Amino acid sequence: MEEQELPYVLIDTIGGTHGVYEDHVEFLKKHFTLITMKEFLENKNHLSEKIKAIYMWWHKPAANQELLHSLPNLKMIVTSGAGVDHLDLKLISSFGVKVANTPFAVSSATADLGMVLMLASARRLVEGCQIAVSPNTEHFAADWLGDEVTGATLGIIGMGSIGYMVAKRAKAFEMKILYHNRNQRKEEEERAVGAIYCKKIEDLLQQSDFVMLVVNLTPQTDKLFGKKELELMKPSATLINISRGPVVDQDALVEALQNGVIKAAALDVTYPEPLPRHHPLLKLKNIIITPHIGSATTSSRRLTMQNMVESILAALNGFPIPNEVIP
Amino acid sequence: MAKQEQPGLLILEIGGVCGVLKGHVELLKKHFHLITMKEFLKNKERLSEKIKSVFIHECRPVIDRELLQSLPHLKVIANSGVGVDHLDLKLISSFRVKVTNTPHAVSDSTADIGMALMLASARRLVEGCQIAVSPQTEHFAADWLGDEVTGATLGIIGMGSIGYKVAKRAKAFDMKVLYLNRNRRKEEEEQAVGAHYCEKMEDLLQQSDFVMLVVNLTPQTHKLIGKRELELMKPTATLINISRGAVVDHDALVEALQNGIIKAAALDVTYPEPLPRDHPLLKLKNIIITPHIGTATVQATRMMTEEAVANIQAVLNGLPIPSEVIPQ
Repeated sequence: MEEQELPYVLIDTIGGTHGVYEDHVEFLKKHFTLITMKEFLENKNHLSEKIKAIYMWWHKPAANQELLHSLPNLKMIVTSGAGVDHLDLKLISSFGVKVANTPFAVSSATADLGMVLMLASARRLVEGCQIAVSPNTEHFAADWLGDEVTGATLGIIGMGSIGYMVAKRAKAFEMKILYHNRNQRKEEEERAVGAIYCKKIEDLLQQSDFVMLVVNLTPQTDKLFGKKELELMKPSATLINISRGPVVDQDALVEALQNGVIKAAALDVTYPEPLPRHHPLLKLKNIIITPHIGSATTSSRRLTMQNMVESILAALNGFPIPNEVIP
Repeated sequence: MAKQEQPGLLILEIGGVCGVLKGHVELLKKHFHLITMKEFLKNKERLSEKIKSVFIHECRPVIDRELLQSLPHLKVIANSGVGVDHLDLKLISSFRVKVTNTPHAVSDSTADIGMALMLASARRLVEGCQIAVSPQTEHFAADWLGDEVTGATLGIIGMGSIGYKVAKRAKAFDMKVLYLNRNRRKEEEEQAVGAHYCEKMEDLLQQSDFVMLVVNLTPQTHKLIGKRELELMKPTATLINISRGAVVDHDALVEALQNGIIKAAALDVTYPEPLPRDHPLLKLKNIIITPHIGTATVQATRMMTEEAVANIQAVLNGLPIPSEVIPQ
């Protein structure tokens, strides 16, 4: 097949810290003619009608009004990862363009990260590593203790596929699992992971030793977690966020951590990312922050890419689109 | 029971680096007349009549022939923790003194640390935390990646109660679990955690993405992992040690990590502890070390003291001993 016959797909760039991964390019080029934004802007007249899909890798290229206008034959935007809060779904839909994401490719890696944040926080792992290598360390103190994860109570807020995977893992640590979700899960699903539904979020917050946020970011979940929720948590409890930064009221979190309203926090996500270097969250002792690495594994990113390719191919060939996002 | 009627329990000290935890003193004093080494040395003649038991915490007090000879009524040495490699079991046995440990109290928290080390290493957690707070950080790179734990292969060397709990946790991460043990576990036990027995160490080492050491330290397991074993591991594999430092040949490990023979290591235990501040292991980028915190939780330490108390009482009352350590 001549290269010209492969569908034209717009990407931001290849390589560098934010571009499409170089070791993914071979697979992509088997199915598509890749056009970078640079190439597109240099040759808009020729290329604008050819581009059928946008391969949005880590939010780039941005699907704004201007770009959408300049791609009259655009059928599909596929975005990496589970979140679609960076997309104006109504706007995109108004152009007759479909959207797909990759919620499943990221779920196990994200669930794993939720677990390691909880374990690392409870057992003071990062602090421990610092002690182990510090030039000042002469002996290891016997009264330096963390908290037990086995047998503790985990409250999961958001029991979608990632939340459910977290529950499955937590069960093996003999944790008591409470969950709060838009809808209660089926009984068999609950039983399989030993999860108890809390219709009221207060019940979950008051009983949990660890509270983990695993929701989507939507207008309903924006600042879902604020002063009221933090005050309902046990003072010995830890908040873990693997969803999106804006789900938590960060100012309220700073205050809660400073005043011992809750014991600690572990965040893979903040707003913005990264936080400004003078942000109070960076100065606290009872917090660990990771640089949004929930899906940052080689295999998860490869699977993400493959899912994106499948969605584009389905859309262009008129088949049902895997992982389509309906506005 | 009046204080003087309670059996005497010798400890090193209360508080401090190795001393009995202050919060546990009340529990001990409920059952025993607590005598510190300092008090004992000041008043050996009178107190040696009273001491029936010794409570060892963080390997202290050190048990040598001199001490054993000065405690004619000693019946039991109760160790806090499961490892007794710091005790000369034959020597102690020759004085007709029993030794007990606390296997039940330590297993969950140690299995949890094994999982935490494996996950933290695979996902580059410590590095990630540094990036998140570094003054130099301007953006988060999208091509900064770790390795997936879900679905990977974990090889557990030593499938006692801690190793088994590790397997149970690993199964929930859909890991393929291989194991090596002196004796093969029963089929139902293997099936419950999806663990496959490896007859030969090579088989386990060659197939594992993560190798976790969960053995006791004995003369047989001393330097169990050396150059040969490290070379049998995949170059993409990570070694995790939650057993005892001396199970691993540290020089061979340094070399293996420096030369990419294995990808990374995560150690809760080293020899000595802590390592000398100029030790090459501390300079490597592909290693995380924690300060022997396998049982360092409020709950586990309390359970260890409770388990030790129960063991001592059983010995002194002539009842079946929950966790006696018999010298091999």
